[in-house]
Amino acid sequence: MDKEKRRQQRINRRYRGETIFRACSMMAIVVAAAFLIFFLVDIIRTGYTAFQQTEINVDVVYNQDTVDFPQTAVPDELSDLVSRGFLRLIPNQVEADPELMGTTQNMWILAEAEVDQYIKGKPNKLDEEEIAVVEKLRAEGKIKKFFNKGFFTNGDSKLPEMAGLKSAVIGTLYVLMLTMMFSIPVGVMTAIYLEEFASDNWLTRIIEVNINNLAAIPSIIFGLLGLAIFINIFGVPRSSALAGGLTLSLMTLPVIIISTRASLRSVPDTIRQGAQGVGASPWQVVWHHILPLSLPGIMTGSIIGLAHAMGETAPLLIVGMLAYIPSAPTSITEAATVLPAQIYTWSSDSLRAYTERTALGIIVLLSILLMLNAVAVVLRNKYERKW
Amino acid sequence: MENKFKMKSEALNFYYGDFHALRDINLTFPEKKVTALIGPSGCGKSTYLRCFNRMNDLIKGIKVVGGIYLDNQEIHDHKLDVVELRRRVGMVFQKPNPFPKTIYENIAYAPRIHGLVSKGSEMDDLVEGSLKKAGLWEEVKDRLKSQATALSGGQQQRLCIARALAMEPEVLLMDEPASALDPIATQKIEELIYELKERLTVIIVTHNMQQAARVSDYTAFFYMGELIEVGDTSTIFTNPSVKKTEDYITGRFG
Amino acid sequence: MLKVLLYFLIGVLPLCYMAFYIGSKKAKKGEAALGERFHSRPGHYGWFTVIWMAVPSLVISFIFTLLGSSKVFIVPASMRLSTVLVLAAFGLWFALRKINPSLRARNFIEQTIKVALITASLVSIITTIGIVFSILFEAMHFFSKVPIWDFITGTEWSPDTAFLEGAGRDGSEAAKAQFGSLPIFSGTFIITIIALLVAVPIGLFSAIFMSEYASNRVRGMVKPILEILAGIPTVVYGFFAAITVSPLVVRTAEAMGLQADYTNALSPGLVMGIMIIPFVSSLSDDVINAIPQNMREGSLALGMTRSETMKHVLLPAALPGIISAVLLALSRAIGETMIVVMAAGLQPNLTWNPLEGMTTVTVRIVDALTGDQSFDSLETLSAFGLGFVLLIVTLILNIVSSIVIRKFRKQYV
Repeated sequence: MDKEKRRQQRINRRYRGETIFRACSMMAIVVAAAFLIFFLVDIIRTGYTAFQQTEINVDVVYNQDTVDFPQTAVPDELSDLVSRGFLRLIPNQVEADPELMGTTQNMWILAEAEVDQYIKGKPNKLDEEEIAVVEKLRAEGKIKKFFNKGFFTNGDSKLPEMAGLKSAVIGTLYVLMLTMMFSIPVGVMTAIYLEEFASDNWLTRIIEVNINNLAAIPSIIFGLLGLAIFINIFGVPRSSALAGGLTLSLMTLPVIIISTRASLRSVPDTIRQGAQGVGASPWQVVWHHILPLSLPGIMTGSIIGLAHAMGETAPLLIVGMLAYIPSAPTSITEAATVLPAQIYTWSSDSLRAYTERTALGIIVLLSILLMLNAVAVVLRNKYERKW
Repeated sequence: MENKFKMKSEALNFYYGDFHALRDINLTFPEKKVTALIGPSGCGKSTYLRCFNRMNDLIKGIKVVGGIYLDNQEIHDHKLDVVELRRRVGMVFQKPNPFPKTIYENIAYAPRIHGLVSKGSEMDDLVEGSLKKAGLWEEVKDRLKSQATALSGGQQQRLCIARALAMEPEVLLMDEPASALDPIATQKIEELIYELKERLTVIIVTHNMQQAARVSDYTAFFYMGELIEVGDTSTIFTNPSVKKTEDYITGRFG
Repeated sequence: MLKVLLYFLIGVLPLCYMAFYIGSKKAKKGEAALGERFHSRPGHYGWFTVIWMAVPSLVISFIFTLLGSSKVFIVPASMRLSTVLVLAAFGLWFALRKINPSLRARNFIEQTIKVALITASLVSIITTIGIVFSILFEAMHFFSKVPIWDFITGTEWSPDTAFLEGAGRDGSEAAKAQFGSLPIFSGTFIITIIALLVAVPIGLFSAIFMSEYASNRVRGMVKPILEILAGIPTVVYGFFAAITVSPLVVRTAEAMGLQADYTNALSPGLVMGIMIIPFVSSLSDDVINAIPQNMREGSLALGMTRSETMKHVLLPAALPGIISAVLLALSRAIGETMIVVMAAGLQPNLTWNPLEGMTTVTVRIVDALTGDQSFDSLETLSAFGLGFVLLIVTLILNIVSSIVIRKFRKQYV
């Protein structure tokens, strides 16, 4: 009887162990998921306020005095509350439209970043006097939040309320275009060679081992390479999209090679034999049959590689792409910045008002990445062929 | 075997690395006849077949010693291009392997890359003709633009035959063309082979004795990489001169 | 950029088309006149002509560009243009002369393509050579000035005065620059260990959950969640670590009566740990799934529970694969840059206390290379010295990891 009882206890203990083990494994998933949710909520909570920007309704006086001393263009108590960026532009406005001279215009203009932070209920540096003025304006309905168009149409700025993503977006486009132009052809060609043409010799083996190692080298090392080779030896301008693009292409290359090889390998040999059987030459086999069939896979891999390159920051910092770029670059040799580098520069700025813009920049970046990945998934599901 | 030969092998030896897969094979294939290669699996008959259009070139670490002739030309000769060889010597594989394209494109592909026709209308005729020769035209004439992979297995195999015929080859190699098919589809393929020999030379590998007996004029028996016996199909099946052949044909091993 | 594209569109492409047209025309005419089939199709002869015309001249103009931009030898523009044009004309003439019925134009094209493919494959080798040599070269330069032994064992890192020496003044006015990297490596080590302490248990248990307990539907939902973690840019993690996690850690520490810096090692370590979860989980999941079903069934048939099967049979069998996954995650964590740049400190600090600020190899590299230092200053060179160590360590980790996993695969797959 005693024995029976002990056996039962033993079984119970084992089942308890089972339950605990199972609970642990579920906990791991819950922790990971909880982190993800916490993280996303935190970023959105920090960043969504930047979708709106505070503007103040003021009478702006245009005359010779205000052209010479722009801060006199608005009422005295407001001159510190409106954006200095706007005031600075008064001479330019008059130059562009001489008829403004001598008039007074009632308009909504950008508020200073601290005012904006106050209106949004965030920590700010306004003193009591200024708060009183802002509250008065609020009571009069002369201070309001509007959709933050400037965030998407301005370049970077030293004034948080004027800072926008435009030059970073354009820089990213340049860099990604260069990355694509270089790494996709070279990557696909390498993959074709290794999968379809290479015989198994020492050179092939070296290339294969080498590609696997390249894929695992920390990205910052590629930055060192870009700095030492592209910038110092070949004289590519520092901070330029060209330097960044070339560096990222080398980094993306192994990703594209590996995914392309996988998708070439998924095309069954019967297709190759069939094509060869009707007298197609090796290249015709690849060009007419294997490549078209593996195209969706290659595209999926390339998009994922590009999304990866798009979020990469470290190597770009090393080749100097953290420059302050107020207006978008117009060529690949001009100094440029990219989205993640812009996020980095904003986040390291001491002004609190940059925080929400950083977070909004992150939201934009994550949305683009999500979209790219969604496209890749759709491509894969739609065109992937089961053999 | 006094007929004019279309292909022949002379003292052919074949190695996979160290493995001696074919030993000293001397065999001639008379023009416009069907020759069947039979033998237990692993005897080298498929390897032998694939020598005739050099499909074995794709495998790494092989070595071919000896000669194979198409008409009077050695096929490993540098003057003969392997692509041209494969145009003249078509092949049908064990498993149907249509390209994942339309039926029309499957057939038009080879003539196009070989530049056999120039005009669109000629191509249409060629596609129709090839499908008719393969006995598939009636079944697919209304859906030439649909995917070849949607056809049934037997239809796919006949499409592969039509695809090879579109190149107007002189020889057709068939590597167990019916082994993946049901009996009705197999019968159709066999009837087709019978018609094909009007036009070209057929070499067929089969593991099915009855099939060899039904479709071939000559039969060659392979065992362990060696050619044991060759002769008229009727002779081989009724009165083999070697004991081993008899044992195999009567099902004592294999 | 646009100029290059335009130059290509109006200059090179029409010329190529012309060459193609002439070449294929000549072959077609030849076929008609002789009444015999040429070896290859007329289009092949067209391409044959294009290759002879375009490839040598494009290669030479590329070489000119490289020479020019690396300032080795600047070829005058007029000479460049004339060389390229003469070469193109010569190529065209040569190709047309060679076209005859027995010319194997198709084989020639195939060979050219193959050469192009091989050239493309060599890019990755050249990249590796470039990485090794550029870093090795600068690192040697650095180690010729700073003895390697001092570099490895020194506990004082203060490169701030290096520029004085670089400017030709001796260090007597200020303290001599010190390049003792021990505190930097210790910082890297501690942050990495924290990351692994987070990632290994969570990643491993996630893998166990996915391969053993989850239904296909749950698995389909959980896998993407983990993959998203790997897809988030590191700069975003860095921002999160600096803005949200760091203050949280400081407040928690205060509540427990401890003192924590805002640049503490714990917050980048924790966030980095989350980041590398997928590296551990996805490879471990693959490995556990690769174990033959009969091992699992054999164990269950003996009356073992699933967790016992997992602990006593599957995990020991999968151990090499799991070790390989952990090594890979480790290498990823060591080389990770943005999280530590944004959330860890700049000052080297030789301590075991994760609540203090400390710095890492990657932070020092970024810091040394983003200042206004001239390229050959000692501080810049120190970045290459650190980069060299980083490269060697991650390479060794990857190689060991791939050897271990290959052993595992041989056994079971």
